[in-house]
Amino acid sequence: MFKRFSSLQWKSFFRSSNLGKSLGIKIVMGFFGVYMLLSLAAAGAGMYFILKEIFPDQSPMWSISQYFIYWILMELFLRYFMQKLPVMDIKPFLTTPVKKSTIAHYILGRSAASIYNLLTLFFIVPFAITLLFNGYPVLNVLLWVVGIIGIVLSINYVNLLINKNDKVLIGIGILLALGYGLDYFGVFSIKEFFAPVFHALYAYPITVLIPMSLAALIYYVNYKFLRNKIYLDAKLKTKSVEANTSDMSWTKRFGEMGSFLQLDLKMIWRNKRTKSQVYISLLFVFYGLVFYTQEMYSSMMPMKAFVGIFMTGIFLSNFGQFIPAWDSSYYSMMMSQNIPMRKYLESKGSLITVSIVFMFLLTLPYVYFGWDALAINFGCALYNLGVNIPVILYFGSFNKKRIELDQSPFGNMQGASATQFLVMLPVLIVPIILFSIFYYIFNLEVAVGVLSVLGIIGFAMKNYLLGLITEQYKKKKYGMIAGFKEKAS
Amino acid sequence: MITIENLSKIYGSQKVLNIESLQILTGQSFGLVGNNGAGKTTLFSLLLDLIQPSTGHIINNGVQVNTSEDWKPFTSSFIDETFLIGYLTPEEYFYFIGDLRGQNKADVDKLLAQYQDFFHGEILGQKKYLRDLSKGNQKKAGIVASFIGKPKVVILDEPFANLDPTTQIRLKQIIKELAAQQDVTVLVSSHDLIHVTEVCERIVVLNKGEMVKDIETSTETLKELEVFFGAESGNVVVE
Repeated sequence: MFKRFSSLQWKSFFRSSNLGKSLGIKIVMGFFGVYMLLSLAAAGAGMYFILKEIFPDQSPMWSISQYFIYWILMELFLRYFMQKLPVMDIKPFLTTPVKKSTIAHYILGRSAASIYNLLTLFFIVPFAITLLFNGYPVLNVLLWVVGIIGIVLSINYVNLLINKNDKVLIGIGILLALGYGLDYFGVFSIKEFFAPVFHALYAYPITVLIPMSLAALIYYVNYKFLRNKIYLDAKLKTKSVEANTSDMSWTKRFGEMGSFLQLDLKMIWRNKRTKSQVYISLLFVFYGLVFYTQEMYSSMMPMKAFVGIFMTGIFLSNFGQFIPAWDSSYYSMMMSQNIPMRKYLESKGSLITVSIVFMFLLTLPYVYFGWDALAINFGCALYNLGVNIPVILYFGSFNKKRIELDQSPFGNMQGASATQFLVMLPVLIVPIILFSIFYYIFNLEVAVGVLSVLGIIGFAMKNYLLGLITEQYKKKKYGMIAGFKEKAS
Repeated sequence: MITIENLSKIYGSQKVLNIESLQILTGQSFGLVGNNGAGKTTLFSLLLDLIQPSTGHIINNGVQVNTSEDWKPFTSSFIDETFLIGYLTPEEYFYFIGDLRGQNKADVDKLLAQYQDFFHGEILGQKKYLRDLSKGNQKKAGIVASFIGKPKVVILDEPFANLDPTTQIRLKQIIKELAAQQDVTVLVSSHDLIHVTEVCERIVVLNKGEMVKDIETSTETLKELEVFFGAESGNVVVE
C-alpha cells in the first residue's frame, strides 16, 4: 500500500500540466539543498578541529554536548518556518478499502524521510567519522549517532504535533533567548547543566534506548492523533470563520478604480497568505538597520541603494510578482465581467504605488544616519514607482500558476515559477548596477539623480507603458485562464 | 443578437466543437442540451472569450467577441463556482458586481429584494464568506449575480444542477420571467430535458461537438428529445 501511495504522489507531480516549471523550481531548490548539505558536512568534518582550537582543555565531544540543547531549540524554531507538514489528499481514500491506520502511518512515515532530518545527520556523521579517526571507541560513537537520529526524529514528530502553533514558537524563542542570556551573563549555566545529559549518550552506550523510545513514543502520540483526524469534518470544521464586513466606502473616492482597490484590500486582509505578506513587508523597514549601523558598510554606497530599493519596494516585489495569480481562483469571472483589462492593471499599479509611498514614509527616520540615506531612499522610491511597477506588471503576464489564498506563506512555493527568479533581476539588480556605475564614475548626487530621473520618465510614460502591458495580458489571457484552473498539487 | 459562423475548437487532433452557422435572435430563450463532452461548456466559454476559437468567430450584438471587449457591458454569465470570489460575503460580491456594471447599492438592493424567495433566507445576512457556503447556495448567489445590471445576454451553464427541488422550480420561474422580457436573450445549458423544454423557446442538441437538432419548443419537444437520447443509449423509447 505504501508503494501505491508513493506512486500516486509521483504521478500527481509528473502529470501536472506545469511540470516543466515546477521541475525547474525543484531543481533550483535541489541544488540549494545539496549545497546546504555539503556545507553542513564540511562543517561537521571540521568541527572536531574547531572545537579543539576553541576549547583546548576539553574533549570536543564534551563541547558539542554543551551546545546540543541550543541545537535542538534552534532546529525546532527553524522547522516551524521551513518544514512543510506532510499533506496528502485523503478524501478519495476514505471510502476505499484502505485502512485509516495505513494512511496515518504513510503520512508519518513520509515525514521521516524529510530533508530536514538529513540536515543534522549530514553534520553529525562526518563529525563522528573524525572522532573515529582520532581514536574514540567505535561502539560508543556509533551508538551516539544512533541516539542523535532518535533525537532528530523526536524533533521531527514534535514539530508535527506543534502544528504551526504560534504560541509554541514564541515559547521556544523565549527559551532560546532566556537560556542564552542566563549563560551569557553567567547567572546559571544551561550549557554545563545539559552537557552531562547529552554526553551520557556517548559515555554510556545503553542510554541510546532513551532517545529511540522517545521518538517511538512521540510517533505513537502523533499516530493516535492523526488516526482520529482522518474524517472529512475534522478537516473542515475549523475552516469557517465569521465574516467581518467592512464598508470601505472611502475607496469610492478613487473613482472607477475604487471597487478594485476595495477588492484587493479585502483580499489582502482576509486571506492568510496575503496578510502575512503585509506583515513581512512592514518588518523589512528594519532591514536597513543591518547596513546603516555596521561600520563596514558605511562607505559601500551601492549596498545602501540595494537596501533603498528593497525597503521601498518590498511590497512591490512580494505582492507584485504574483499579479494576477492572486485572483487566480476567480480569474475567468474577472475576464468575462465588465472589466477592461487596463482598468484592472491600473488598479493593481495604484495599490503598489500607495505601498511604495507608504514604505518610503516609514523609512524617513533613516535620515538619522545622514541626508545621504534620505536621498538614496527617495531616489529608489522614485525608481520603483516609475520603472519597477511597469516591469513587475509586465512579468506578471507570465504567471500561469494558481495560488490558494488561504495557505500560509512560509516555505509556500505555490504560484512560484522561474518567472519569479527572473523578475528579481531587473527589479533589484538593474537599479543597483546603474547606481554603482554613476556613483563610481561621478558621485552620489549624480547616481541618485539618475535613478530619480529614470523613475520620473517612467512615470511620465505610464499610460503608454500600461497600454503595452495591457496588450501583453490580452495575448496571454487564454493561457492564464487555463493555467489558473488547475489546482496546485 | 448572437451570430456564430464556422466556429470550431480543436484540442490536438480532437474536434470538440464544430458549428457551421447558428443565429440566436434577440429576446430568445435558448436551451443547449447534450451528453457530457458534447461541447456545451466549450461553446459557452467561447461566447465569453475564455478560450480561443480554432476557426471562425462569434458576433455578439455586432461585436466580435475575440477581438473586442465591448460585449462585456451587456453580457453576464455564471459558468461555475470559479466565478465567485471566495473571500467576499454574498452582499459584498453583489455590490462588487453592481459596481462593475454601474449599479449603485440601492439598485442592487432593489434587485436582490426580488429574489428573497429564491435565496430562502440562506444567502443574505449570514455573516459568512462565499467560500464557506454550500455548493447549492454558492450557485444561487452566482446565478442572481448574473442578473445584476440589466444585461442583454445572460449565459447560465447547468443552472439547475446542485439545486434542491424547490429552488429548481423557483429558478425556472425566474428564467421564464427573464426570457419574457423582449430584449433579454437567455442561454441555458442543462442535462435535465424536462427543465429545458419548460424554460426555453428553442432547443439545440449538441452531440460530440456537432449540432444535431434545432427545435422550436412545442408540446412534442420533450418526447422528441427523449427519443433522441434514448436512441443514443441503445434503448428506444416505446411510445
